[in-house]
Amino acid sequence: MSLKSIYQEVILDHNRKPRNYGSLDHPTHHATGHNPLCGDRIDLDVNMLDGRIEEIVFQGESCAICKASSSMMTSAVKGKSRQEAEALIQEFRDMLVSRENKDFDHLGRLKVLAGVRDLPTRVKCAILPWHTLHAAMNSTGDATTEADGHLNKPVANNY
Amino acid sequence: MKIVDTLVTSSAQQTTVSGIGRFRADFPILDIKVDDKPLVYLDNAASSQMPQAVINCLVRYQKTQHANIHRAVHYLSNLATQEYEAARCKLQNFIGAHEDREVIFTSGTTDSINLVMHGYGRKFIQSGDEIILSELEHHSNIVPWQMLAEERGAHIRVAPINDAGELLVEEYEKLFNSRTRFVALSHVSNALGSINPIKRMIAIAHQHDVPVLIDGAQAAPHLKIDVQDLDCDFYAFSAHKMCGPTGVGILYGKAHLLESMQPFKGGGDMIVSVSFEKTTYNEIPYKFEAGTPPIAAAIGFGAAIDYLEQIGLDAIADYEHELLLYASEQIRVIPGVKIIGDCPDKVAVISFVIDGIHPHDVGTLLNQEGIAVRTGHHCAQPIMQRFNVAATSRASFSFYNTKKEIDALVAGIRSVQKVFAQ
Ligand SMILES: Cc1ncc(COP(=O)(O)O)c(C=O)c1O
Repeated sequence: MSLKSIYQEVILDHNRKPRNYGSLDHPTHHATGHNPLCGDRIDLDVNMLDGRIEEIVFQGESCAICKASSSMMTSAVKGKSRQEAEALIQEFRDMLVSRENKDFDHLGRLKVLAGVRDLPTRVKCAILPWHTLHAAMNSTGDATTEADGHLNKPVANNY
Repeated sequence: MKIVDTLVTSSAQQTTVSGIGRFRADFPILDIKVDDKPLVYLDNAASSQMPQAVINCLVRYQKTQHANIHRAVHYLSNLATQEYEAARCKLQNFIGAHEDREVIFTSGTTDSINLVMHGYGRKFIQSGDEIILSELEHHSNIVPWQMLAEERGAHIRVAPINDAGELLVEEYEKLFNSRTRFVALSHVSNALGSINPIKRMIAIAHQHDVPVLIDGAQAAPHLKIDVQDLDCDFYAFSAHKMCGPTGVGILYGKAHLLESMQPFKGGGDMIVSVSFEKTTYNEIPYKFEAGTPPIAAAIGFGAAIDYLEQIGLDAIADYEHELLLYASEQIRVIPGVKIIGDCPDKVAVISFVIDGIHPHDVGTLLNQEGIAVRTGHHCAQPIMQRFNVAATSRASFSFYNTKKEIDALVAGIRSVQKVFAQ
């Protein structure tokens, strides 16, 4: 799918009608994610109950790719256990940065964001919410895409 | 006699506004396609492209002239040294410097500014002293001064701008006091394109006996520079923004100031004699050119200067101004689009934001049309904060751009809006 059609079909839908947008009064877990390069900033509030993500919402100022990724992520991880969520974070990250041609069909709708792979400078935008979720669940409070050294390297070798 | 006259007029006309278009053909990279779309390169403020003449010079140098300079008696070393020093003279003439030893080759603007910070700042700036910058500076003309201020316990004062992106000279003047020791200003803002009234600002600083460094990275590619007329104490710029290679730039400094400064880097070539008891430094400019310099790049820089002078900086400025007016008029009237820093005195740079659309999405979608713009904070975060935006999209033009490319940009902006309006 061309990037323009990704924008048209998926990203903009989530951009206009982001799922799980807002904040929680007393979240059990919280983190703020920054992408200093483009000024993206998202706040993630999570309520964990018995090791499961019971409630998860986000808000912030960001580009459409980051917002869509946040929106899709919150839908995807709601109800999942912490381990399942961590595994999904890892797989999502792999999909965007790995050089192997693995099959990511099991990621379902999230797979549409794989198109961002071709744009190394935008990979960080898509990954930011996932980093932020990891930070929230581990109570580190803040996430930045700068700490992930892999993201600064060219992603796919299709040039 | 008559024939000579016509020849003169026709060659003069070729470099006027309408004739400048022919130089585009000198840039092989402008013919490439991006996903089957012709490249529309509008990121010249970040780095410009290289004409065939400069590419040829680099190839010729590597094939027939390369050796280390200033060091050996053999044929190639002499040749390389001559070429390198000839490039220095070209730069001297280009900026109207009094002597060639006032031109130091550096690795670029950032390196030049750091040289002055270390060589002048660390020698002369003390605790409690003040350094004046402007709100329009690139990070490379902020961070070195902050590092110095922190180390010395000195203070940074910032000259403000108005909503059009123009420096407020009266406010700047008020910042001077008996502790002011240094002023560092950009000639042209990289984020907005504003041309600052630096001649007046330099004169004001000199009334207070304060030396001034001008960051000319965005000015030298577009405007005729005369350092003696400006009376600046230091002037810095990079080759890669003006048709030359990366990895080289210059620092101009008044000879007596350069002589009063301490060296920035220690090593070979910057010394007269070395023993473990005492080292005697070389004369300027060599005192500041430690180690093997970017010889090939410096010679390529000289070729870029020849190339620009052949077109003529005045002809370049006139044509680029025409492009700026053409682009501004069209972009200004697109509903939902706002130009940040829309003042009359600008080089051909347009920074803009589109309602409800993040600049990174703008850049990504324009790229799908083959259009290269820069999106982000442009290494000038204080300016972004001043205008209360996280980032902008910036189209920056060169003399090799065309009105047709501006039409493509305008159509591109409208199509981005259409995608988001669905
Ligand atoms: C105004 C200004 N100053 C300094 C620099 C730094 O130049 P360089 O990266 O070549 O050292 C730039 C380049 O982006 C600039 O636009």
